[in-house]
Amino acid sequence: MTNASNDNHLFRPNSYIGRTVPRPNAKRLLNGRGNYTDDTKLPRMVHVAFLRSPYAHARINKIDKNQAIKAPGVVAVVDGHDIAEVCAPWVGVLAHLEGMKSAEQHALAIEKASWEGEPVVAIVASTRALAEDALELIKVEWDILPVVTDMEAALGEDAEIIHESLGDNLAWRRTMDAGDVGASFDHAAHIIEERYISNRHTGVCPESRSIVADFNSADDQMTIYQSTQAPHMMQSLFAKHIGLDTHKVRVICNDVGGAYGIKVHAYPDEFATVALSYMLGRPVKFVADRRESFLSDIHARDHRIDTRVAVTANGEITAFEIDDWTGVGPYSAYPRTSAMEALQVLNFTGGQYRNRNYKGRATVVYQNKTPMSQYRAVGHPIVTMITEGMVDDAARAIGMDPLEIRRRNLIADDAYPTTSASGLPFEKLSHQASLDKLEKMINYAELRKDQAAARERGVYRGIGIATFIEMTNPGVASYGVGGAPITAQDGATVRLDANGNTTVAIGVTEQGQGSETIVAQCVASALGITLDSIKVITGDTDVTPYGGGTWGSRGAGIAGEAAVQAGKALRENILEVAAIMLQTDADSLDICENNVINHRDGEVRMPLSEIGRICYFRPDTLPPDFQAELVATRHYVPRQYPFAFTNGVQGCYIEVDIETGLIAFKKYCVVEDCGRVINPQLVDEQIRGGVVQGIGGALFEECRYNDRGELLNGTMSNYLLPTMTDVPDIEVAHIETPTSESELGAKGAGEAGTGAAAAAIMNAINDALSPLGGKVTQQPFTPERILSAIGKI
Amino acid sequence: MTTEKRLISLSVNGELQAKIVEPRMSLADFLRIELELTGTHVGCESGVCGACTVNINGQTARACTILAVQVEGDEVTTIEGASESGEFRDLQDAFHARNALQCGFCTPGMLMMSAELLTQNSKPCRQEIREYLSGNYCRCTGYEAIVDAVETVAQTRNARVGEQDD
Repeated sequence: MTNASNDNHLFRPNSYIGRTVPRPNAKRLLNGRGNYTDDTKLPRMVHVAFLRSPYAHARINKIDKNQAIKAPGVVAVVDGHDIAEVCAPWVGVLAHLEGMKSAEQHALAIEKASWEGEPVVAIVASTRALAEDALELIKVEWDILPVVTDMEAALGEDAEIIHESLGDNLAWRRTMDAGDVGASFDHAAHIIEERYISNRHTGVCPESRSIVADFNSADDQMTIYQSTQAPHMMQSLFAKHIGLDTHKVRVICNDVGGAYGIKVHAYPDEFATVALSYMLGRPVKFVADRRESFLSDIHARDHRIDTRVAVTANGEITAFEIDDWTGVGPYSAYPRTSAMEALQVLNFTGGQYRNRNYKGRATVVYQNKTPMSQYRAVGHPIVTMITEGMVDDAARAIGMDPLEIRRRNLIADDAYPTTSASGLPFEKLSHQASLDKLEKMINYAELRKDQAAARERGVYRGIGIATFIEMTNPGVASYGVGGAPITAQDGATVRLDANGNTTVAIGVTEQGQGSETIVAQCVASALGITLDSIKVITGDTDVTPYGGGTWGSRGAGIAGEAAVQAGKALRENILEVAAIMLQTDADSLDICENNVINHRDGEVRMPLSEIGRICYFRPDTLPPDFQAELVATRHYVPRQYPFAFTNGVQGCYIEVDIETGLIAFKKYCVVEDCGRVINPQLVDEQIRGGVVQGIGGALFEECRYNDRGELLNGTMSNYLLPTMTDVPDIEVAHIETPTSESELGAKGAGEAGTGAAAAAIMNAINDALSPLGGKVTQQPFTPERILSAIGKI
Repeated sequence: MTTEKRLISLSVNGELQAKIVEPRMSLADFLRIELELTGTHVGCESGVCGACTVNINGQTARACTILAVQVEGDEVTTIEGASESGEFRDLQDAFHARNALQCGFCTPGMLMMSAELLTQNSKPCRQEIREYLSGNYCRCTGYEAIVDAVETVAQTRNARVGEQDD
């Protein structure tokens, strides 16, 4: 840090910034005392179950509810027409995604269902079991319609058009053409073309989506308990679509059992639950079962990408070209749309490299499968797979070492600020330092020797390297400018209580990342108090300042900075009071470990509890013209950069059993640069957990559909997730390049692990298979695909 | 669909319980809904994910694939009971220190399994820990911290036994 920062409370020796501390709020979870949404039990609460379309595309001719309404315990049976009277439909487009179109979507399908699992009828009963019993008594007359499943066929001339009002199945298309790609390909020593396929998968939150809506008609107040990442966004949406004023809607988000981007969307069944409570005037609970989670949670990453890379004989990459296709289900998700993943593929590909010639096209189409949208590391795993796949392709073509070609082409650490070929602004990244660190950490030279020795024995091992960029700290450019009620700013309110303890209310939420812990660390450091004297409150729109919630790796960088500034503001307020009480200048005082001290010599002058006592109980002893303010609120939004890019590199060493196609991890290393590290253990665990989610997509996870648009593996026994024996120990190291946009300097770390794992694994497999002339480019890299690549099957 | 309700009596966390339940009610739902022991979580409802793991008569079991009527007369321990008795406080402390949980949804089940492992194998290697817990899914941590925490507790318990031997 610079000299000026030596006096900064954040970086003093006793600061909590940069220190591993355990999460205070984890204790209740360890004792079985968490409070997840399904644990909520309210007087007169009833339960909803949904009849979901068994067909991917079918017209609803008639719904016979007569038997169901008479079933035991049933309170209401409601179809799409009924619910539309209290819940307005929506269209999942954003203004800044020019040309994007989507159809009007209702909480319950009207006229026709467009994916297998779309909610059609809601049954409310005294228990969930009774509601499910009654579902079997509903008779629906369906007309089965032709389905659209393949993404490219969706735009074919004879394709069924899912929404006639749209004219075709094209959701959105954008192209990019930077530099002179044509000339680069004309002059390239080698041009390598490849098709990559990223598989459709989903988040599989351990706690499924859950909501309890409680409308009290006596005071016109809707209270919603929801497992969500964005309470204020949901407040706006529920208010808008039910037709209530925003202040009449309170969203409470208690413990969340995993979210990963899946719980940042507005879902039709959750709108329906809120609408039902509004209709019935009593609490209604909806908890998705696992089967309906697979059918209705947002899916992601279903992409087919044709790539072309140009490289000179001496290893200079001179052009990237991509054509990305994605099928996103029948509706664009609300309110974030289903185009962001493709947008990020288009914008981010090749972004870590100096090359200025880049051409790309992204095509987003509608199809009759579960809607796709944002899931952890939106687009990044696809971007990194194709970018680092192309770079390895180029290296192989000219016989250059994969580290060497990266070293020659990565943007140099002294070249900042700069932009990518696609125009992404980079404040300061550390690709070269990260790569150097990874090379040492993974012991690259020794691994190459081991690999050669193993090959002598007929054992196939491979090293995979994947450098990456990661988008964090999203500003208003992501959603706000497009017209969505999604704030990029966050606020923190810090209050000194009468006994000298501190309460912080903040707009981000806690899903286990440790949001509350790092907020406490930021406030404690800025204010000068100990961690055990702080309580952090999140997840209540009635209580916390307006904030975006926890997604897009914004917690540390944005909420952390708001917490720092609020803590500083309260310190100033406290010192103003203390100076009056001690008859000295505020400048001569400071706060350290819950005491007001002399700035100069550290002598303790009075505890904060004394400040609290005087200000709250004996203000009569203070000057009559002075009013103490022991509450401070500060907000923060990044303005200089539209988002804070981070970077890093993953490296893995694997062994491929060429008889079974199984792979075994020998080593897995990650170097990442999230700027200022607030809590090293929490950052490392974000990386590890992220890598394992990435391993899931790379090796196991896939939503498999047949040509009728039916999901074939909607249970945890046949949708494979990584288990404890499938994954390695992961070494994590950091380079710290703080952003100078905020005082804290933190960037995000939530996407880094997931974003590059599939690329590193693919490159390692292909390195191992290269003597056999085989290559995999389609995720998941299953034993079958590996054996097929080397001609064994 | 509804069949006649039945009276069942059993011990849960050392307390005798007598309740009238539908035969189709799972033990997980019984614990959560009838007894309000919400620390037992339901993740997959098919015995795959392990979030609902409880202890029945000294052995772990998946509460989502057992019916409440099947545990008539049995002794059931849930995360609430184990926490209050303090029988694996060291595991909980180690999970806390090592951040071997994020969202915490899998954690009660993970603790029940880890505790059972350490009663059966006091010196498990990392691979043995991974294998014993491989039926418990965690989506947040990447598992390494959990292996570290269990390994630490095994080592600490062994060191304590070693001291007593001296």
